[in-house]
Amino acid sequence: MANLATSFIGIKSPNPFWLASAPPTDKEYNVVRAYKAGWGGVVWKTLGLDGPPIVNVNGPRYGAVWGADRRLLAMNNIELITDRPLEVNLREIKQVKRDWPDRALVVSLMVPCDEESWQTILKRVEETDCDGVELNFGCPHGMSERGMGSAVGQVPEYIEMVTRWVKKHSRMPCIVKLTPNIADIRRPAEAALRGGADAVSLINTVSSITSVDLDSFSPEPSIGGKGAHGGLCGPAVKPIALNMVAEIARNPETRDLPVSGIGGVTTWRDAAEFMALGAGNVQVCTAAMTYGFRIVQEMISGLSQYLDDKGMSGVDQLIGRAVPNVTDWQYLNLNYVTKAQIDQDACIKCGRCYAACEDTSHQAIAMKPGRVFEVIDAECVACNLCVNVCPVENCITMKELPLGATDPRTGAVVGPYANWTTHLNNPMAKAAE
Amino acid sequence: MTTAAPNSPLSPGIVAGRLPAEALAENFGDIAPVMDMHEARVAADRCYFCHDAPCVTACPTAIDIPLFIRQIATGTPEVAARTILSQNILGGMCARVCPTETLCEEACVREAAEGKPVEIGRLQRFATDTLMEAGVHPFTRAAPTGRRIAVVGAGPAGLACAHRLAMKGHEVALYDARPKAGGLNEYGIAAYKVAGGFAAAEVEWLLQIGGITLHPGRALGREITLEGLRAGHDAVFLGVGLQGVNALRAEGEAIEGVRDAVAFIADLRQAADLGALPVGRDVVVIGGGMTAVDAAVQSKLLGAETVTILYRRGQERMSASRDEQEHATASGVRIICNAAPVAIRGAGTVREVVCAYTTEGADGLKLGPETFTLRADQVFKAIGQQLAGVPGVLALTGGKIAVTGAGRTSVPGVWAGGDCAAGGEDLTVTAVAEGRDAAEDIHAQLAGA
Ligand SMILES: Cc1cc2nc3c(=O)[nH]c(=O)nc-3n(C[C@H](O)[C@H](O)[C@H](O)COP(=O)(O)OP(=O)(O)OC[C@H]3O[C@@H](n4cnc5c(N)ncnc54)[C@H](O)[C@@H]3O)c2cc1C
Ligand SMILES: Cc1cc2nc3c(=O)[nH]c(=O)nc-3n(C[C@H](O)[C@H](O)[C@H](O)COP(=O)(O)O)c2cc1C
Ligand code: SF4
Repeated sequence: MANLATSFIGIKSPNPFWLASAPPTDKEYNVVRAYKAGWGGVVWKTLGLDGPPIVNVNGPRYGAVWGADRRLLAMNNIELITDRPLEVNLREIKQVKRDWPDRALVVSLMVPCDEESWQTILKRVEETDCDGVELNFGCPHGMSERGMGSAVGQVPEYIEMVTRWVKKHSRMPCIVKLTPNIADIRRPAEAALRGGADAVSLINTVSSITSVDLDSFSPEPSIGGKGAHGGLCGPAVKPIALNMVAEIARNPETRDLPVSGIGGVTTWRDAAEFMALGAGNVQVCTAAMTYGFRIVQEMISGLSQYLDDKGMSGVDQLIGRAVPNVTDWQYLNLNYVTKAQIDQDACIKCGRCYAACEDTSHQAIAMKPGRVFEVIDAECVACNLCVNVCPVENCITMKELPLGATDPRTGAVVGPYANWTTHLNNPMAKAAE
Repeated sequence: MTTAAPNSPLSPGIVAGRLPAEALAENFGDIAPVMDMHEARVAADRCYFCHDAPCVTACPTAIDIPLFIRQIATGTPEVAARTILSQNILGGMCARVCPTETLCEEACVREAAEGKPVEIGRLQRFATDTLMEAGVHPFTRAAPTGRRIAVVGAGPAGLACAHRLAMKGHEVALYDARPKAGGLNEYGIAAYKVAGGFAAAEVEWLLQIGGITLHPGRALGREITLEGLRAGHDAVFLGVGLQGVNALRAEGEAIEGVRDAVAFIADLRQAADLGALPVGRDVVVIGGGMTAVDAAVQSKLLGAETVTILYRRGQERMSASRDEQEHATASGVRIICNAAPVAIRGAGTVREVVCAYTTEGADGLKLGPETFTLRADQVFKAIGQQLAGVPGVLALTGGKIAVTGAGRTSVPGVWAGGDCAAGGEDLTVTAVAEGRDAAEDIHAQLAGA
């Protein structure tokens, strides 16, 4: 059996599955039940300054995007940071860490952008003996209007400055949680690194309006007829998160910066993908909020079996395995030529491939008598649209043309690897060496 | 090309070869073939992963159904099988034979919502078949304890008990009166539910755990005694099922052509060539349970022209589930309710069954004055089995071995479970649960001793 134990910036946990800072980690009751269910660690719901507790809306705070069968594909929220007294949270954190020494317990923080506020809270958090802190520079709603959360995360200089304060005033490992609501994720990651961060975690939620009520004309969730943008999370945001994690993992400036992957992790597979793209562990929020804490069992059993099947003895052999394969478009092999191929035995003759290709692509599928659909190699550009719209798995597949074969569409002979940088049509092309 | 059968459904009397070999092969093939991966994923996708799921509560072995379905949905059917088998080592058999429509699938919230439950039984089969086809036995034994336990009866109860004990590191001697292990899995379950020799293959797979020595052809009360077993072992488990048959108490019960349904089914299950198995042209099955349905349907599948189930009470009282009743009628079996046999007639061999309509009142079931006659050359009795041949020292209740807790009998050091023990429905899955729980209890008691 593969070993799922992880050490992320020195923080040990029996498995790489942590709960992200959010309602599932807002109190001792939840966190203890999560540990009992098998979660390897948690990032406690974001704490703020001492003083009058945070006030949340008293109407609905979540919106949703459903797929068929009401599967929750994405959720958005307008919840703020913890609304429980700081004192209570700190007391519970200390107790939980004492009772569960083998699990990771990181505390998320968000206080105003002045050194004193950070120094004060860090001192109190340090007394809990938690494993580290995560700086919430990601929350895109509510707190950002007050100059915190993503208002900090969108300005690399602020990230660097605050991270520096944190490292100066505490010995605790420091994770900087990034917002995806930014043009280039590498900049805030670099800033965190410059400030002395031990790791970054991403993504926090994506600014969003999930839906509009077409009778009342209020955005959802509606608070008495009005709505504010919220933060989107869940399966739908995973592709955004994967790309951002990969960008950081392959950026020469940040490639050695540990990453905690967040965003839509729902199954062991999602987790494995984040880790293959360089994440040292993953954090989960929406999946736990949708299905309950027990889903971690599937993540554990699935990842173990996968590692066993691959002959990997631990997660460290998985982390970063896909990073060398993430490249820029300009380096993709233009001599990699494929053609769609329809397995006539598997085909159920729905014609979706035909409609897609005929109406919106390259007219490369022929519809023959008896609803027989066949690819016309001389037209097929290998775009993959037919594969994606086909309801039958593996019915349409891409077949690679071997070296030396002639592509019936272009009449060109398939040659060895060659990319855009040396292509004839590229005005900037360098002569081939 | 089909080979002509020597006889036809219209041939009189009890004869073999009413249908050509191809038709028999088709009739007795797998009734619910295993899903493919795509089908399984679509089916798995419908599970809501309910909290404290009602299906788990409804499963006598309490398999973590939402978890195993989620494991299928995420492409790991082998781990799903492990989840199933850790609770129910005969999960492969149960996937085939459980009346899921009265167990997990009846409790499924989607049954309530849409009248269409998640296909739990078929998903379970998908997972367990995937693992078993790979030849994997996913469990290993704990360090040897040096304890020896005798298990009598290698049916579902005995097998589940033996496996769990072996896992705990004990040595198990498994005795069975019959030449083959499996109990009713091997001799009783309808053939089309366990096509392809599954029962025997499953026993072989189960025994891979090691530490279980099978002694077939050794019966309690014949080659072995309870005293002997108690003296030579640290504990004894009895899972001997129900070997006696209830009497019909109708005139003519002894005429040739009247037979116990369970014995007929056992012959059918063991027949090397179904074309050589005789069956009547007009068959009457008396009873209202699973055995009645199985005897009737399989008679029809063998080529009987008419098959009638005769049940003395109302249809809603039949212990065969709605699905099974529908399976019978869809197979061409006629079900007559509220009628009972009063006489079986025939000179030498059965010719007809005289029946009376019944009425059910406060003072029980009564035969009415009106009668009718069914043509019959073969009559099967499927009116229930009873305990037989267990040592007299064991206290009984309601005709079964009395037990407290996890199968403790009145005799110290002796446990019992499955059909022979009081409590629970007479189902494969219940037998597995009781065998497993008795093993845990035996283990706990030996560890404490
Ligand atoms: C025809 C028929 C169809 C059925 N169909 C279904 C179905 O579809 N689904 C379902 O869930 N249930 C079904 N059942 C019920 C199910 O088969 C039983 O509940 C289950 O097999 C009980 O398991 P068991 O281990 O208690 O007993 P059994 O399966 O009866 O096994 C008892 C074992 O003990 C052995 N034995 C008996 N006496 C002795 C002795 N003195 N010494 C040594 N060994 C002995 C027997 O040879 C046998 O191997 C059916 C039953 C019948 C009769
Ligand atoms: C209701 C809700 C509240 C959240 N609160 C916080 C928070 O207080 N601090 C924080 O860093 N992230 C917060 N998040 C963001 C999550 O930690 C996580 O980054 C995001 O939901 C993406 O992960 P997911 O797709 O697994 O849900 C919250 C998310 C939700 C849904
Ligand atoms: S989940 Fe439903 S019941 Fe619970 S607090 Fe939210 S709105 Fe109320």
